[in-house]
Order: sequence, then structure tokens, then C-alpha cells
Amino acid sequence: MKVLLDSRQIEQALTGLADQIISDSLADPDIAVIGIRSRGEILAQRLSAQLSRRLDKDVPCGTLDITLYRDDLNSPQGNAQPQVRTTEIGFDIDQKVIILVDDVLYTGRSTRAAMDALVDLGRPRVIKLAVLVDRVGRELPIQADYAGFKTDAAPGESVQVNLVESDGKDEVVVD
Amino acid sequence: MVTVRKGKQFKWQRKHLLGLRDLDKDEITYILDTARGFEQVSTRSVKKAPPLRGKVVVNLFFEDSTRTRNSFALAAGRLSADIIEFTKKSSSVSKGETLLDTARNLEAMGIDIVVVRHEAGGAARFLSRNIKACVVNAGDGFCEHPTQGLLDVYTIRKIKGSLEGLKIAIVGDIAHSRVARSDMWAMTKLGAEVTFVGPPTLMPTQVGRLPVKVSYSLDEIIEKVDVINVLRIQFERLGGNPFPSIREYSHYFGLTVERMKRAKPDILVMHPGPINRGLEIESEVADGRNSVILEQVTNGLAVRMAVLFLVNQAAAQ
Amino acid sequence: MNNGVLIKNGRVIDPANGIDGKYDVLIVDHKIERVTEKIEESGPGFEGCTVIDAAGKLVTPGLIDIHVHFREPGDEEEETIASGSAAAVAAGFTSVVCMPNTKPPIENETDVEYVHRKARQARKTHVYTMGTITKSLEGVELAEMGFMAEAGAVGFTDDGRGVQNPAVMLRALKYAAMFGLVIAQHCQDDAIAGDGVMNSGYYSTILGLPGIDPLAEEAMLWRDIQLIKRAPIRYHAQHISTAGSVELIRAAKKDSLPVTCEVTPHHLLLTEESCGDYDTNYKVNPPLRRAEDVEALKQAVADGLVDALASDHAPHLQSEKELEFLAAPFGIASLECALGLYVKALVEPGILDWPGLIRLMTEKPAGIIGIDKGTLSKGKQGDVTIIDPDADYVIDVNTFRSKSRNCPYQGWRVKGKVEKTIVGGEIRFEA
Repeated sequence: MKVLLDSRQIEQALTGLADQIISDSLADPDIAVIGIRSRGEILAQRLSAQLSRRLDKDVPCGTLDITLYRDDLNSPQGNAQPQVRTTEIGFDIDQKVIILVDDVLYTGRSTRAAMDALVDLGRPRVIKLAVLVDRVGRELPIQADYAGFKTDAAPGESVQVNLVESDGKDEVVVD
Repeated sequence: MVTVRKGKQFKWQRKHLLGLRDLDKDEITYILDTARGFEQVSTRSVKKAPPLRGKVVVNLFFEDSTRTRNSFALAAGRLSADIIEFTKKSSSVSKGETLLDTARNLEAMGIDIVVVRHEAGGAARFLSRNIKACVVNAGDGFCEHPTQGLLDVYTIRKIKGSLEGLKIAIVGDIAHSRVARSDMWAMTKLGAEVTFVGPPTLMPTQVGRLPVKVSYSLDEIIEKVDVINVLRIQFERLGGNPFPSIREYSHYFGLTVERMKRAKPDILVMHPGPINRGLEIESEVADGRNSVILEQVTNGLAVRMAVLFLVNQAAAQ
Repeated sequence: MNNGVLIKNGRVIDPANGIDGKYDVLIVDHKIERVTEKIEESGPGFEGCTVIDAAGKLVTPGLIDIHVHFREPGDEEEETIASGSAAAVAAGFTSVVCMPNTKPPIENETDVEYVHRKARQARKTHVYTMGTITKSLEGVELAEMGFMAEAGAVGFTDDGRGVQNPAVMLRALKYAAMFGLVIAQHCQDDAIAGDGVMNSGYYSTILGLPGIDPLAEEAMLWRDIQLIKRAPIRYHAQHISTAGSVELIRAAKKDSLPVTCEVTPHHLLLTEESCGDYDTNYKVNPPLRRAEDVEALKQAVADGLVDALASDHAPHLQSEKELEFLAAPFGIASLECALGLYVKALVEPGILDWPGLIRLMTEKPAGIIGIDKGTLSKGKQGDVTIIDPDADYVIDVNTFRSKSRNCPYQGWRVKGKVEKTIVGGEIRFEA
């Protein structure tokens, strides 16, 4: 097991993401952050807090559950059995610039599911993808607009993002 | 609020939902938690999600019921499934196809889930043993109506937070009520204390062996309970005149405005529907501020979506 | 001699004559010639005699089942007299009594003769039949009991149903008194039983099925006992199933009323709990009851209150039973494994010894229907059953000679295997 990012590096990566977003959007009034459950949700909260502080306005934050939109429901891989949870987006997403946040971008399937879910909820003006870790191995033509850290971990390895709020400490490990 | 689940992963493994007597507390809780995730599909503008896309759900109803049938049809549709409606008046006796032949014929056309309502207790279980599709029991004789039991406890849990320690009364023709039985299993497994209320002629045989209390007096019970579930008196089912008249039944067991005055102020009033206004429940009570009858219907959709989703998922394993 | 059969070295059990010991049995010209020690098979007159070595086996009078349903006429696909009697003889029975609820029912002399003719053609067991008490089993008008008696009916019953109207039943008892035959009753008050499909109790409640209250059986049995006090003709309570019925029989016998009763194998072995999976092989009328009732029936056998063991063999096709529990027909077809089941229920737990069991399957049932069988007395028909009491085997319904397979005993391991069945001096079955 190798530590890819320690807690300080994670903080730096998040700040880096916020930098990129701010320079891109230039205080766009319609910006909002939505995190994909489960760890994307935590990252989204941290990100929206940073953005709110630095842009000096309220950047709303929501949580998206993509279980219903996964493409592997009828052909489950291994032992996993995803549980349906709630989507909590307390604002209208129509016409907004949505920063979709996830912890790891790998095959691209979660992002595809997230986009389908968002589109059933409304019509954002723009969707941009921000991830903490971007690893090689895309199975769909999907790219991150903002990535905190790139890695070329091999397919057999697992890249796990641990966060204080859910796992006790901030750390990205490769197994 | 962060809700990342750690520790032992619960796995839903049932391909069929035949009755709540079979389920343990964890399984029931899992269904309720899953249902919460489905509530929004019905409230947002695009009332559809894709998990059952390409799947075929058959509503196999041998008993009249627009309400439950529509609820299942809508639930399946919201999950993007295709629905076949198959209603048949008679059962296997004498005329026409047997229950088994009907189901096998449907299966030959390629179906994934059968939602079945039948007058014979055990009909859903019988089907589940003989066909490959998933079977969801929508009511079998007076055995069980599991999705009704689930939506009832879901409704209570949503408002009261938990059923642990709650006192619940179920009033009416308990002997012939599958709703009463499913409620009994679900509610007691989630920690509530259930009392059956009604005249002795409408109590099931050996009710003393069931995990419930029994009372023949609604007046005695009404002050003590947190939830009251009023069952419909089904005239079409009653044989042999178990009470002398509607008048007398209403007088002793009807949920009236008068009786509600003595109830706890935050008591929940429930009814599986359809209501016989003025018979088992007065209109003002059914429409009153304690009534959650319409919420039950709304919650029924989310619960049925969860059930269809889960049995389909188990079948895919 | 011709047609001689000599059965040597077996343990002969003949309860009617108080015999239980090592004897040889000689059958000559289709009749029992003698039962004595060490009959030598050599010497004059023994040419052409079949010799059977029954060492280690039981040699008993041919077994008798006084309650079977051979669905002829009307439902021949389920069973015929031919297939039914083939099943019976393979199970050690040399005489059976058919119930008259066929389609059409057995309710006049030509119907009775039809059954006898079919039985003769089959050449397996002796087949007797009861006639109906009322026309078309409707419980309203009396059937032609006189003509049926003359044609050889051995009793009357509306089995399948009970006679609901007490006035009709009383009239039937009075009328039947002229013919000296037994009246048998399937005790079931339809108003109490309703549309029940299993015992009324905890299980019917949680399985959501309508129940048949034990009172349905006990109320009619009590009523009939009162009627017997008025019109004391021989009365036989068929397939009693409850502890309450046992007590009614006990009181009736104490009052010296001419009341007899029978019990089925399933009421000695199974309870209502078996219905828990909605398996229609357990759907039977009277229904399977509680464990307390099974115990009471076993105790009744031990106390000598029960007069006969009878299978109530009720064949149905698989397609007929392959319905939801509510709709499936009632009935268990257990003729072909009956002996092993009685051994399991009564001999193995020590409630009866072999002579006690054989008595309830030979002498006593013969007495109920008044036929000259069930003993090995000299001059009686050469009906003998040879049983290996220790051989155990696994019940396999696929080997049944009956046309139907509906019974819940598949895979049961039982003891008491029939080796040979001899009917009228002819070996009609060999294992």
C-alpha cells in the first residue's frame, strides 16, 4: 500500500481545483457545486465552502445519488450491491453552471450516470467535472475539466480516497 | 451530514417478496431506507429513472383492485419498465386456465417480474416455486399484503422517526384482513406494540398465539395508542353475518369525531383504502389533521418502486 | 392335490383365533385347510403344491382396508378398480371396500354389480363396495339400500360428505335396520366447516386460509351418537381426526352403543404444521390436525378404542393437485405404503405389537363390514399376507401401481415390507 497524497497534498489539490474554477468562471453568478455520493459529496462540501469564501458569495452545494442510473444494475460486478440513497439538491439546477465533483475519475461510468441523473432533474446551462484524482483507464469518452492530481496506477490496483469526515483521516492510497 | 456506510455491507438477496413474516428487521429496514431514495422520482419534473429499463412487469390481478394495480403500474413505469396488465375474474376452479398455466404462458412471452393478487392464500408463494420470474405478492387471500404493510410502517417511521415502543391499534375485520397480518409482522418486528380491535366474531382463530394484544373495545383503546389503522369493512367478503348491522358496527367500532377527542393529540390516523365514509371512519376524521391516509398512497409508490428495484437486483445476482 | 399352497416356518399371527407363533399354513382348493406345527410337504397328495418358506416373516390373514376410493365409474384417469386393486394387492391387501362417491355414485344394485364385475375382471383383490345412504349424495332422499344390500353392498355411506339433516339421518338408521349392514359416516357439519381447506387454528390464521373447525366433525359425531341411542343399528365413524372425537367414541362405547371407528395413517403421523408451505399433498379432509390430536388418536389405538385402520386412499392426478392450496382437491393416496406407515406410527413407538396391528387390519375391519374374512380358520378363503417385519425400504411414489401419486411420503423410510399376497389361494403379488 502506497500513500499517493497525504492530508496536506489533498488540501493543496482542492485549493488548486478552486483556483482553476475561479479563473475559468470569473465570478459567474450561476455557479453551483454538486457532489456524487459518497466521497464526492464531502469533497463538494469542502469545495463549495472554499469557493463561497473566495468569491464572497454563497455557492450552493448539493448531493447526487447515482445508483438508479448505473449501467451495471442488471449485470452486477462481483459482490457489490449498491444501495439506493437520497439525492439532496436544494436548489433549481436549470440554467446553472454545475461543477460536478467526484473523488476518483477512472472508467468514466459514474460520471456518465451522474450526467443522466442531472439531466432528469433539470437543464443545467453547463456541466463541468472536477475530480480529486484522475487515473488512466477510461472506458467511455469522458474527461475531467479540473483534476487535482493525475496518476497512472495500473488496472489491478485500487485507488482509495479517505477523508476525515468519513474515514477518519485525509489520505489517498494505492493498493 | 455525511452518510458513508462502513462496516458489514447488507445484501438484499430476495428475488421474491411474498410476505413480511419471512423478513427480518434488517431486511424491512433496508426496504424502507431504499424507498426514501425513490421518493423524489415522484416529485421532480421528470418522473422517471432507468433501473428497470427493458424489463417487463406483469400485473397479474385475479381480484378487483384499481388502487393497488395502478400503484404498481405507476411504480414500474417510473422505473422505466414495460407493464402488462392482466386481470382475470375467476381463479383456477372449474372454468378457464389454472393459475399456473396462466403464469407459465406469460413467462413464455418473456417477463421479469410478476405482481400477483389472488383470492387464495399462498398463491404468490405457489407461483414463485413454479416460474422463473420474480414474484411480488400484491395480496393473497387473507394471508399477506406485504407492500401495504411496508408502506404503513414507512409512513409511521417518516413522521414519528421510529416505531420502537409505539402503540398501534388495528381496527376492523381482522379475521379476513391480509393488511392486518402484514402490518402485524412489520410493526412488531420494528418494535411496536400492536393491538387488534374488533368484535370477537371478526378475530382470527387462535389470535392469542399471535404477537399482538386483543381488545373488543375501541373506546378502551383509543386513549392509549399513537397510531390507529382503520380497516375497511368489506361487505363483499363477509359471509354469515358476523355482526347484526352496519349501524351497530359503526356505533361500537367506528372512528368518530367523538372518539378522536379522547385520543392523543398527535395520534396518526391511517386507512388502507378505499374508505367507507361514515361506516368505519367519519369523514371529518378521514379528512382531519391527524389523518395520513393520502400520505400512505404517496409513500406506497416509493415503497413499491423500492420493492421492484430490489427484487430485480436480487434476480440479477 | 391341486392348487395347494404350503407356507412354512413363518410366524403366524391370527388374532381372531388367538394364534401367534411358529406354524405352517396349508391352503387347499383356495381355502385354508389347516394351521399346525410342522406340516410335511412330502408324501401323498402334496404333488403340485407350491411351497413357500416364510422363515423370519409374518404370516397373517389377508389385510383388509375398509376405506378406499377407486374412481370408477367417472374419474378413471385418476384410478380404476383394476389399477386400484393392483395397488392394493401389492400392498398386502386381499380385500378392500370402495366408497360410493363415484360419478355417478353407487346407489342401486346395478352399480354394485358393476363394481363387482370390474373387480372380477381385474383378478387382484376382493373388492367390496358400500352404497350411498342418500340419492346422489344430496342428503335428502334415501337411496335403494335394500336392493344394494341384496347385490352385496357391505354398508352405506355418503362419504365425501356427511348427512347434514338429522331427520334424514335418523330415517336412514331406522330403514337400514332391516338389512343388518353398517352405516358409516364422514362426520362433517358443512355449516360449521364452511369453505375451510385445512384445520382451523393458528396455522390457518397465519397462512391466510379458511379453516375447518374440529367442531364440524365432533358436532355431527355427537349428534349421530344421540340418534344411535334411539335407533341402535351398527354405526361406523370414518376417519376420526380429533381428540374430541376420541372422547365421544369412548363415552359411546362405555354406554355399549354399537359404534365403531377407524383412523387413517396421515392422522397418526402428520399435523397441520405440514401445510405451512402450501404443499397440496397435505390437503386432506378431514384435515391434518394438531399434535395433541395425533397423540390422542394414538392413545385411542393403545386403549383399544379404534376398531380399524383404513387408508382413505384418495387418488388425484398431478395436474389436479398442482393448483393453489385453496383450489386443489382434498386427498392423500397412500394405499400402497399403508402398512409401513402404520408400523411407523404404532409398532415402532411401541403403541401396538404386531398382533395388535394385524388385528386392526384383519379381524376387526372384517367384523365391521360383516364379511367372512380376516381369519385363518379352517374353511375360510385362502387370503394370506406374508410380511417381512424388519425389512425397511424407502417409499418411492414412482413405483406405485396406482395411477395417482399424490401423497406426502416420498422418500420416507419405513419398515414392514409385503413379500407375498395370496388371494383365494393364488399368489397375486410377489415382491
